[in-house]
Parts: sequence; structure tokens; C-alpha cells
Amino acid sequence: MNDLLVANSVSKSFGDFKALNNVSISVPKGSIFGLLGPNGAGKTTLIRIINQITMPDEGQVLLDGSPLKPSHISDIGYLPEERGLYKSMKVGEQALYLAQLKGLSKQEAKERLKYWFDKLDIGDWWNKKIQELSKGQAQKIQFIVTVLHRPKLLIFDEPFSGFDPINASLIKDEILQLRDEGATVIFSTHRMESVEELCDHIALIHKSNKVLDGKLTDIKRQYKTNTFEVGMQPQRENAQAILKAISEKFEVKPATFKNLNDDLKLNIKLTANETSNDLLSFLTSKAEVHHFVEVVPSANDIFIQTVKNN
Amino acid sequence: MNHLPLIIKREYLTKVKNKSFIVMTFLSPMIMIALIAVVAYLSQLNNNKARTISILDETGLVSDVFKNTENTTYSILSNISLDEAKKQVKAKEEYGLLYIGKSSDTAQITNAIKFYSEDSPSLTIISSLENKLEKKLSDLKLQQDGVDIEKIAASKTRIDIAQESFTGEKTSKVDNILKLAFGGAAGYLLFMFIIIYGNMIMRSVIEEKTSRIIEVIISSVKPIQLMMGKIIGTSLAGITQFVIWMILGGIMVFVLSAIFGIDMAQMQTPQQEMMQQAMQSPELQNEMQNVMVAFFKLPILNLVIAFMFFFIGGYLLYSSLYAAIGAAVDNETDTQQFMLPILMPLILAVYVGVFTVIEDPHGTISTIFSFIPFTSPVVMLMRIPFGVPIWQQVVSLLLLIGTFMFAVWFAAKIYRVGILMYGKKPSYKELYKWLKY
Repeated sequence: MNDLLVANSVSKSFGDFKALNNVSISVPKGSIFGLLGPNGAGKTTLIRIINQITMPDEGQVLLDGSPLKPSHISDIGYLPEERGLYKSMKVGEQALYLAQLKGLSKQEAKERLKYWFDKLDIGDWWNKKIQELSKGQAQKIQFIVTVLHRPKLLIFDEPFSGFDPINASLIKDEILQLRDEGATVIFSTHRMESVEELCDHIALIHKSNKVLDGKLTDIKRQYKTNTFEVGMQPQRENAQAILKAISEKFEVKPATFKNLNDDLKLNIKLTANETSNDLLSFLTSKAEVHHFVEVVPSANDIFIQTVKNN
Repeated sequence: MNHLPLIIKREYLTKVKNKSFIVMTFLSPMIMIALIAVVAYLSQLNNNKARTISILDETGLVSDVFKNTENTTYSILSNISLDEAKKQVKAKEEYGLLYIGKSSDTAQITNAIKFYSEDSPSLTIISSLENKLEKKLSDLKLQQDGVDIEKIAASKTRIDIAQESFTGEKTSKVDNILKLAFGGAAGYLLFMFIIIYGNMIMRSVIEEKTSRIIEVIISSVKPIQLMMGKIIGTSLAGITQFVIWMILGGIMVFVLSAIFGIDMAQMQTPQQEMMQQAMQSPELQNEMQNVMVAFFKLPILNLVIAFMFFFIGGYLLYSSLYAAIGAAVDNETDTQQFMLPILMPLILAVYVGVFTVIEDPHGTISTIFSFIPFTSPVVMLMRIPFGVPIWQQVVSLLLLIGTFMFAVWFAAKIYRVGILMYGKKPSYKELYKWLKY
């Protein structure tokens, strides 16, 4: 059993609107799983189904091999995108209340809260009211409350919104640490750079349908175009001749990247029966090569391309 | 997992610890009492002012009925013309001048009576003058016709029809008034309770929506648990507030009467003069005894038990609807369109209670409305002191419980969908669609 969470052909309609159409995903244990998609694609509906907030019309969701049931609530930690806390309640009381709702005993919750408050250095907030905190500070409390009961599955919907870069990286490190301690993370976001940084698996939902899923590296391999980014420093007089020679043999486009030298910068696409070594030896025979990198499609490129094609 | 006790506890503590709740609880009875005290004091001040009323009686027949009291002095003018009298009264800054014009016939005197004053005179003074004059003039007329007034006074009879049911249960008018008072108080209390604390529940649902904590909470508990917890927690807070009000009210009435008791006895207003006379009459003392007797004849056990059940049932029915409204909207201003259907049956219940139960507690209309679940709590509570068969109470209560369960189901549906809907004001059509999600 390698998948912590499996959704089998889940569909959900609201009146005439089909929010999810036959969506299946598998979230491997110990992975960080990126749930991506444009606004209104159906991500939140899927997340709410996993949290048993709404019931699917068809299909089934399995957590750790068994269909979702009320006792699973304490196995899941959910940080919704639309988040908030009781404004006029004190930080400590509120955290205790929410932890108890997740099934912790009061004593247990207190000890763990103390640990987290010390860790994030916010011990003196205990008796403050939420409305006295800044947005970022309240987010920290919300994060703690989400992970406090050590759930097997953590669901973060846009976890970094509202954080400054320092706190965002602090939270990112905490997420990675939780993953290392055995938690599985579902991560929904529009910020592709954090997907790139954190996720090892992704699924892309578009217009209620799943259009793409798998290991991020596999997907990138699928989407790669055998294009290489090349920077060369030819002699000034034969630059044109070299460019012409390359163009005859390969498909060439000008490239832009930062480099110390005033190079000839090109994107070169391999033909079907050639390897990167063939290209490299061809290039070194013409001029000095400073820069030779395979163009790997970014999550951002994949996202935009997939959404446009569908 | 059952989180209901936890939710109830939080809802209760948040309400009770809320500053405005505390202020309301302790300040409002004081403000009420202070207001009453101020009004009482002011009217006492007004009535206590000594005043002089001049009487110019050109017939010479009636002036002997005006006897000075502590606050009112009557000065009888004679051998003076009306104009001079007016000038004199004005110059002396007296309260006013009562003029009884000359008339040959006693029947015509009534048309020749006028009161002159600087400002418009107080209603109580005018009616006190009218009473005195009416009595005197009718006596005069009777005398003219050769009737012996003494005999008439002696012939006055007062009747209290003794009422007795066929089963031998004795009742009286006093009983009925007492029953009305009890029923009315119970019904009105429920009405107030629903409006005050139903609104509180609604606001607390809206608050959870606007602070966006709702999604965090319902990923841990079922919406229906949250809703029930809210309703019960808020009700307990409400009961706490009511109990404190009663205790404070009791203490204050006690304290105030201890401080002002003596003052009040000394207060002399025209009404109180009459009141005091009446108080000394043996009839009233008799009535006081009747009230005590009537009180112990009420179906007290039935009343208490029925009050608890109908109060709880009615309150829960309405408060679940309030919770549903709170869930359906984003802010309080949007609640208006949904409030009317809730308030209508409530107000109807109070009207039915006031107009038909008094007239005929077991008539068709009262009986029907005491079965309809949305009006039954108020109407039935008003009817019960008059003795309602147990089967009627049970059937009505079962109907109420059934409707309550349906309302909770309905409210929970709306609640479950509504709490996650933002940004648009739903129409009734949309609410109907939500039921099917």
C-alpha cells in the first residue's frame, strides 16, 4: 500500500453545474502532492470532499485503504484558502478549542501548543486576541492549529499567501520537516515556483476534469522538447558563418539568458536521430562553448500549455 | 466523535464573556429601573406642586363640593364679574379659573361651565373637576325631581357572579384575570426570548462566516453539530441573562421600595386619592384574598411542565430557522428579506393570543392556532391556565416536535451549503436549490 489517499472517479454537481467530472488521483505516502488548476477548476471541491465537508455524488475516496469515515477527521489537517479565526477569542483558548475539536485532549493540546509556540517564538501571544495580531501572525497560529494533531494527511490551500518571504520560507521548511517525519502533503497553489520547489507529484484539474497527473519529473520528461540552451563565444568575424552552419543542421531559435560573456545565445532543438553529445561535439568543433543546458519545461510552462490545449 | 459539549461550552463562554453581553446584563435592568424612577419622580414633582384653582360660581349651587386637598386649594370667588375674575387669577398666577355661568335651569348649567387657564390644564385635574361637578349636578337634578338621594345610595348593589363548572370547580372573574396574566406573561416571555436570542444566534453564524473560520471548523465537526451547539450554547447564555435580570430586578424593586416606600405613601395625586379610598374599602381586601385563592387553584404543575416543553420546543424551532438565515447571508443587512416569514407567525401568535384567547380560550380559532406548530407555543401557553385537556397538549407538542425536527433538517441543509457560499445574496429559489445539493 503505497498510496495514502486514493480518489476513484469522483464526480460532484451543484445543480446544473458539474464541479468535478470523474476525477481520480493517487497521493503516494510521504509525498508532497501538488493539486493544480486555474481558478474555479474544482480543486476546492475535491479538497472539501476529502475533508468530508461535502459528499461526492459518485466515486469514492480511500484514506489508507479504507473509505472515508468520520474518524478520519483526526487524520487530516486542513488549511483552507478562505481561512480565519475567531477574532475576539484569545490565541491560546482558540488553539486549544480547535485542537480539541480534532480529538486531542486538553492536556495533550496544551503541551504540543507550548512546543510549537516556542518553536515559532510566539509564546507571548497566548493571551492576545486574534484581532490584535497582524495577518501574517494570525496565519502562523492557523498553521500551528492545522498541524498540531499530527495528521497523516496535510492539506494546504495556498499556504504562503499573506506571509512575508522570511515567514514563507519558515513555513516551507516546516512543511518539508513534517513530510520528513512521515506526513503526506497535498498542496494546492497557483504559485508555480513553489510547486517546482516542493512538489514531487502533481495533478492538474481543468474545467472539472483531471487533465494531467504523475511524478513531476516524469511529466517534465513528457513535455521536454529536446531543446538545448547554448552559449558560445565564436570569433567575431565568423559568428554569422557558424550560425548559418548550425541552422542548416538543426532547428535554431535565439535565446535569452544571463551570462558573463557577450555570447551567441541559441536554443537548439535536436533532430530525432541525434543525441546531445552529437550536438555538443558539433558545436565544440565550431567555437568555444560556455553554456550547454537542456531546456526543461517549468511547471509554469506545463501548466499554461496544458490549460491552453484543453 | 461527539464534540457537541465542547461547542456548547465555547459558544456559552464566548457569549457570557463578551463585554457588551456583560454590560447589557447588568446595566439594562438598572437603566430600566432608573428610567421608571425618573419618570415617577418627575410626575410626582409635577403633581406635588401646590396649586390654587379659583371658582366663580354664579349659580351658587355647586361651590360646596370643592374641598381643599394637600396640593389643591380652591378659592371661591363671589360678587365679581368674569372679566375681573380672569384678571385676578392671572395676576395671582393661579392654576386656573373654573367658571359656572348663571342659568335658570339646572339642566342648562352643564353648558355654561368653562375652565380658563394660562396653559392647557392637566387631564387629571380636569377630569377630577368634571367628576365632582357631574356628581353634584345629577344629585341636584334628582332632588328637583323629588327623589331621595339617600335611598338611591342605599340601593346601589354590587354583583360578582359566582362561577362554577359542572364538575363543581369554582371560578370567578379574578381567576380569569389571573389566568390571563399568567398565560400572557408566558407567551410574551417566549416571544421576547425568541426574538432576542434568535437574533444572537443569527449574528454568531454570520460572524463565523465573515471571519472565515467556518471552513476550519466544519473540517472537524459536522455542520449540524456546530449548529446545534450554537443554538444550545446561546440559549444557555440567554437563560443565564434572564435569571440574572430576574434576580437583579427583584433586588432592586425591594431596595427601591424600602427607600422610596415612605415617599410613595405621602404622594398625593388625584388618582392616588381615589386609590387610597378604594384601598380602605373591604371589597378590595376581599379581592386580594380572592387572588390568593385563585392562584392556588391554577393548574400549577401542568403550567410549569407545559411551559418548559413548549418554551424549549418553540424556541428551538425558531432558532434553527434563525441559524439557517445566518448561514444563507453574508451580512446582517441582507437578513431583512428572510426575517419577515419568521416574524409573521410569531406576531400572529401573539395577536391570536391577545384577541381570541381572552375572549374565548377554548373557541375554534384559539384551538386551531394552539395546534399549528409555529403559533402553538405562544397560543398554547396562553390557553393552558384556563385548563386544556392533556391530549390536546400532547398532540400539539408532538406536532411541534415533528416540525422542529423538520426545521432542523431544513436549516441544516441550508446551513451546510450556505456557510460556504460567499459574495451573493441568495434568493428563495436558490435556497430551494440548496436543499437538493
